Amino acid sequence: MFANLFSFLCVFQRMPAPIRLRELIRTIRTARTQAEEREMIQKECAAIRSSFREEDNTYRCRNVAKLLYMHMLGYPAHFGQLECLKLIASQKFTDKRIGYLGAMLLLDERQDVHLLMTNCIKNDLNHSTQYVQGLALCTLGCMGSSEMCRDLAGEVEKLLKTSNSYLRKKAALCAVHVIRKVPELMEMFLPATKNLLSEKNHGVLHTSVVLLTEMCERSPDMLAHFRKLVPQLVRILKNLIMSGYSPEHDVSGISDPFLQVRILRLLRILGKSDDDSSEAMNDILAQVATNTETSKNVGNAILYETVLTIMDIKSESGLRVLAINILGRFLLNNDKNIRYVALTSLLKTVQTDHNAVQRHRSTIVDCLKDLDVSIKRRAMELSFALVNGNNIRGMMKELLYFLDSCDPEFKADCASGVFLAAEKYAPSKRWHIDTIMRVLTTAGSYVRDDSVPNLIQLITNSVEMHAYTVQRLYKALLDDISQQPLVQVASWCIGEYGDLLVSGQCEEEEPIQVTEDEVLDVLEGLLVSNLSTPVTRGYSLTAIMKLSTRFSSVNRIKKVVSIYGSSIDVELQQRAVEYNALFKKYDHMRPALLERMPIMEKTSSNGPTEIVQTNGETEPSIVEPKHPPPVTQPANQANDLLDLLGGNDVVPVIQTTMPSKPASAGGELLDLLGDLSLSGGPPPAPAPSVPTSQPSFLLDGLSSQPLFNDIAAAAIPPMIAYNKNGLKIDFTFERANPNPNIAVITIHASNSTDADMTEFVFQAAVPKTFQLQLLSPSSNVVPALNQGTVTQVIRVLNPQKQQLRMRIKLTYTLKGSPVQDLSEVNNFPPQSWQ
Amino acid sequence: MIRFLLLFSRQGKLRLQKWFTAYTDREKKKVIRDMIMLVLARQPRSCNFIQWRDLKIVYKRYASLYFCAGLEASDNELLSLEVLHRYVELLDRYFGNVCELDIIFNFEKAYFILDEFLMGGEVLETSKTAVAASMQETDTLQETMEEYMSKPAY
Repeated sequence: MFANLFSFLCVFQRMPAPIRLRELIRTIRTARTQAEEREMIQKECAAIRSSFREEDNTYRCRNVAKLLYMHMLGYPAHFGQLECLKLIASQKFTDKRIGYLGAMLLLDERQDVHLLMTNCIKNDLNHSTQYVQGLALCTLGCMGSSEMCRDLAGEVEKLLKTSNSYLRKKAALCAVHVIRKVPELMEMFLPATKNLLSEKNHGVLHTSVVLLTEMCERSPDMLAHFRKLVPQLVRILKNLIMSGYSPEHDVSGISDPFLQVRILRLLRILGKSDDDSSEAMNDILAQVATNTETSKNVGNAILYETVLTIMDIKSESGLRVLAINILGRFLLNNDKNIRYVALTSLLKTVQTDHNAVQRHRSTIVDCLKDLDVSIKRRAMELSFALVNGNNIRGMMKELLYFLDSCDPEFKADCASGVFLAAEKYAPSKRWHIDTIMRVLTTAGSYVRDDSVPNLIQLITNSVEMHAYTVQRLYKALLDDISQQPLVQVASWCIGEYGDLLVSGQCEEEEPIQVTEDEVLDVLEGLLVSNLSTPVTRGYSLTAIMKLSTRFSSVNRIKKVVSIYGSSIDVELQQRAVEYNALFKKYDHMRPALLERMPIMEKTSSNGPTEIVQTNGETEPSIVEPKHPPPVTQPANQANDLLDLLGGNDVVPVIQTTMPSKPASAGGELLDLLGDLSLSGGPPPAPAPSVPTSQPSFLLDGLSSQPLFNDIAAAAIPPMIAYNKNGLKIDFTFERANPNPNIAVITIHASNSTDADMTEFVFQAAVPKTFQLQLLSPSSNVVPALNQGTVTQVIRVLNPQKQQLRMRIKLTYTLKGSPVQDLSEVNNFPPQSWQ
Repeated sequence: MIRFLLLFSRQGKLRLQKWFTAYTDREKKKVIRDMIMLVLARQPRSCNFIQWRDLKIVYKRYASLYFCAGLEASDNELLSLEVLHRYVELLDRYFGNVCELDIIFNFEKAYFILDEFLMGGEVLETSKTAVAASMQETDTLQETMEEYMSKPAY
């Protein structure tokens, strides 16, 4: 009885055995709600925690396994991390197995506990049972940290040399992981690679090829060293293809496709840029390409890899054509995956083998109509890559049709692509404008913001199409004012060419009859419409203003402008106030200011990035050379006012001169400059009139001068343009890329007197045959004692390559007294204008 | 290399997750969420490849389970379909007509089989029989009679 009582008590004190894993899984799956499941999990976790606390060896394995299941459901399991380590250290295989699994799932290298595994792994790498060694290799090879890899690389290297193929293959992939984590350790594995390829075992062969590939990809020396393996690799591949049926490695009639593909990939790396190796693999590639069974995915996987290899190495042209034709056949395959892969590969080769890919153009274009989204995207990218001067009309028809019908996710990219292609290959200006119109009207809301300034530039430069363009845009506005890019471009054009619109001058198509009032109605409608964004409103207000010099209904325009002088939108208000001032105080300048925009020159260096941020909105920045009659920067700065360039204060960059009457007949510099008053400036704006250190966002292409300076400055020597009374002005030069007719001159003004030169203004004028543009200066204070320089950029367009001459005017205040000086600069180095 | 391999059901329940790159827990959760969302949103007869960030996602549906792998740019997508298929074959051979329930209740076995087939994101063994043989031998190493009879102590 005593014994019974005792054992009874003993039983009572022991916790009941933790429930089995499968039991837990079954129980949890019966939970009908998330809350119920959570409750079960919490209960079990509590039980597991107390079991862990008891340091129970028997059930640790079971508890960790359950923890791993709950972890997969998304519940925290970190309190089991140390338990995994204990399992790994156990002698029982069952424990180790679950312990290592737990380590791989719970113990990534970010955990501190991770390193504690190192010793266990090291011991297990030397275990007497290969499967324990295998567990250790697997864990190390999947998630070993750099430290662990460093510590254990030696053991891995040892195992790489073993004759046990089970261990050898695992060691090979473990080595791959070590190299990925600690590339410097690559060298130590080199000796062990010596006879890896002589193995018969496919597992070892495959992993060896992976290891060799990794080494060759990472080190050109290794690559050179392993090139000698090409014949051996070719032989192995040949055996695989020629050998009879091998049940162990067969996949749908093909022997070990995994190994074949990896060998092909390694051959690709070895043959790239090497004639001899490429030649050595030529035959086998041709053989694989022609003999592989293509009815199943597995055969096509091998063909795909073969094609990639052929295209990458120095293969003979016959082989390349064969490869492209295979891709062409892929395009016609019923299997979507194969079509997708073909399009992807063709995209890679379209640059190098353009003509060959062109032959498949119609098939590619057909893929635009495929139902599969991935295929459509690839087909679109490839189609754009294939557009050239010969096929532009046909291709554009297809692409525009695609644009009409495609999913919204494609529209932005497609529209951009169309614009780019049209810009490059447009067969005529009319076609170009029509294409743009088509995009704007069908996908107008998806067009990127930066397209607007680009389109404006394009339209401006198509002088003969102005009437046609404005008419079409006007008609489009009548239909729909919801698509902002369209509305913005249209407003801008109407502002510019409204006179052509009402005069009915269109040649290309039937001119429409429209009155000034109707046009103003439309523009005013934009101002009040809920559909218009603030940016659009800005465009329409400016457009209305411009029409004041083109239309006769000036009073109406005056009224609109004055109304918006009290708009709550600060941007609109500012514009309106300034335009109002134009009407009142500066009415004599209005015609000049609102003149037709000159031809804009393309700066392809920065293309779409010429955006100026103003109050968080983007507006077009316009790079313009001087207006042909030599009203130099006045016109520029004035137009700047109207186009609302400039920084956050909407103050135009009228640093240099004030606009006056347009072109004086003589065109000689002095008169022009003499007439101008420098007192400060532009119509009042709620900001200081002379902006200091105005960053020149506008012309980013030029602001990248520092780069240019390094590259090109050496070509053209700098010069001293002016040196008097302590003020020295140096000119440095570079050529504007890509237009060699433009010289970019940077002035550097320095002051050797003992007082600062304030209100420093630099102006320049050039003879008639040149065009000049002056950008904003870095500041208007030249610090004393050469403590700093003021820099400013001048761009001179010199299409006739005449000798460059320049007249400069300098004004500044020194110690309270104003100073003014005029000077001629004639000593330009010949390289700056030749 | 394969960056990760995920198995999940049509209801978006994760059945297996193998990570061959070091992602943080947060990143893992994000990947899992994104993958489930991407794959479950696909039309029935779409192609099995999706471009996601800088990775190629390959997925295939087997009965009620989606097998989803994230590949690097240099990997052969068509071959990775074969890799997924091979894994399913290995599971099928081990469990005999494998179904989702087998993987739910024997998830640790699914991992063990995977670890004999793939390692560090690469194919470790290309022979079906070799993998099956390893599984058989390691199962026998599990100590108790119970485990030997496929009734594990845990």
